[in-house]
Amino acid sequence: MDYFFELFLGGLTRGSIYALIALGYTMVYGIVQLINFAHGEIYMIGAFTALIVISVLTMLGWNQIAILLIAAGAAVVYSSAYGYTMEKIAYKPLRQAPRLSALISAIGMSLFLQNYVLLAQTSDFLPFPALIPDFEFMEPIAHIIGSPELVILITTTIVMVLLTFLIKFTKIGKAMRATAQDRDMAQLVGVDVNRVISVTFIIGSATAAIGGVLIASHIGQINFYIGFIAGIKAFVAAVLGGIGSIPGAVLGSLVLGWTESFFTGYISSDYEDVFAFVFLVLILIFRPAGILGRSTSEKV
Amino acid sequence: MLSLVDIHTFYGNIQALKGVSLEVKEGEIITLIGANGAGKTTTLMSISGIVPPRTGDVLFMGEAITRVNPDKIVSMGISQVPEGRRIFPYLTVLENLDMGAFLRDDKDGVKSDLDYVFSLFPILAERRNQAGGTLSGGEQQMLAISRALMARPRLLLLDEPSLGLAPLIVKQIFEIIKKINSENNTTIFLVEQNANLALKVAHRGYVMENGRITLSDAADRLLANEDVKKAYLGI
Repeated sequence: MDYFFELFLGGLTRGSIYALIALGYTMVYGIVQLINFAHGEIYMIGAFTALIVISVLTMLGWNQIAILLIAAGAAVVYSSAYGYTMEKIAYKPLRQAPRLSALISAIGMSLFLQNYVLLAQTSDFLPFPALIPDFEFMEPIAHIIGSPELVILITTTIVMVLLTFLIKFTKIGKAMRATAQDRDMAQLVGVDVNRVISVTFIIGSATAAIGGVLIASHIGQINFYIGFIAGIKAFVAAVLGGIGSIPGAVLGSLVLGWTESFFTGYISSDYEDVFAFVFLVLILIFRPAGILGRSTSEKV
Repeated sequence: MLSLVDIHTFYGNIQALKGVSLEVKEGEIITLIGANGAGKTTTLMSISGIVPPRTGDVLFMGEAITRVNPDKIVSMGISQVPEGRRIFPYLTVLENLDMGAFLRDDKDGVKSDLDYVFSLFPILAERRNQAGGTLSGGEQQMLAISRALMARPRLLLLDEPSLGLAPLIVKQIFEIIKKINSENNTTIFLVEQNANLALKVAHRGYVMENGRITLSDAADRLLANEDVKKAYLGI
């Protein structure tokens, strides 16, 4: 039974990380109907920013928790700036163009950012220090869930609650919902759509950066390519849950995390990705719009 | 109050407006009638800044708003009830109305305007917590008009408010349009295919054909005009 719980919580942790990244995909898709394939790179850049800050502060001999918080803060700011700029450079000029153009621009942006980090840093895996300490009170259940996992779960929960609050109750949240439902009409009631789009990219980038720092610290190494893999997984999770739906992205991520965790634990870890994608295919066969997705018909 | 000066508007390479000029004076109900595809909706979208004209000028209160962002145009006092109502389907009635007041900070004013639109359309008060997409066509039209009123506009643009509605509802909605004009002194620019109805409530009218204004006159004279009768009134 302990093994089951271990897998369950492992899947939950994995799913939470996917969710932090999937949110960016689904929110951007909801507002501008664009799959931002460079989103994984924002997550990778977040991890690299954190690593640089950590290296400097560790040399100065700061306290571990303080380092982690400052590094995460720096990653959030830096990644948000990248997300904001990316939208302005790669997507805004193409807003009236056919959707395929923006998609190709996104793939180009993804390749550019990967190679930019490859040149600026290195192609090797860099060690990422484990900054989350083992809490004493976690000892009795440490064989089921470790302290890093606990921190990941708590952080993700806080982010989700804040995001839900933002979208439901704030002015910009309402503007985001209205824009997602009918962009021209949102403009006709006075919503500055450019601002809404920028804010969406910033929020998506910020949550991805948090995910990047958490998982890098958990896994212990990063390189320029981590964004691609994580991005694809999070994208699968977003589609699984119903692209454009925020609760869908979270649910899809958890389902994906559990699927991977249980199949890996009970069957074989060699087929981890196979199970994830087979599951995606199955869901899409029976629910093409995703678990919580709204089926929409093309307007003519 | 509003004047269009020789505006030309394009969708890509297709020219929808070929030099439209017209004038709306404060306090008037003006109607723009014409067949499908004449450019009526494009005219409104050009005024609201959603499809800005390529050449020509849109002047509002003497200021050029030709290439101003749509949200700024709303803040200057022009609201639109677009064709097909365009209710936010997953927002509740109350949230839709709230979106109408998006640019306003005066909480008390918004509250009293909310009471006002509920007095115009009591059915909306009953359905306040229902998702907009679940309303009937007539209720959605009432909601669309109310949403536009929540911005407390000086000029209200209405695009085909009668479209697809039962005659009884249409009559009710046109009564309200007259009431909004006379009670609040809100200027109204009404686009309609139902020329008979539109000319009966309007003070003046413009007739549009193929992206050009072909006729303009007092509404009662247009109603009596032989060409208009033949082409648009089916008499």
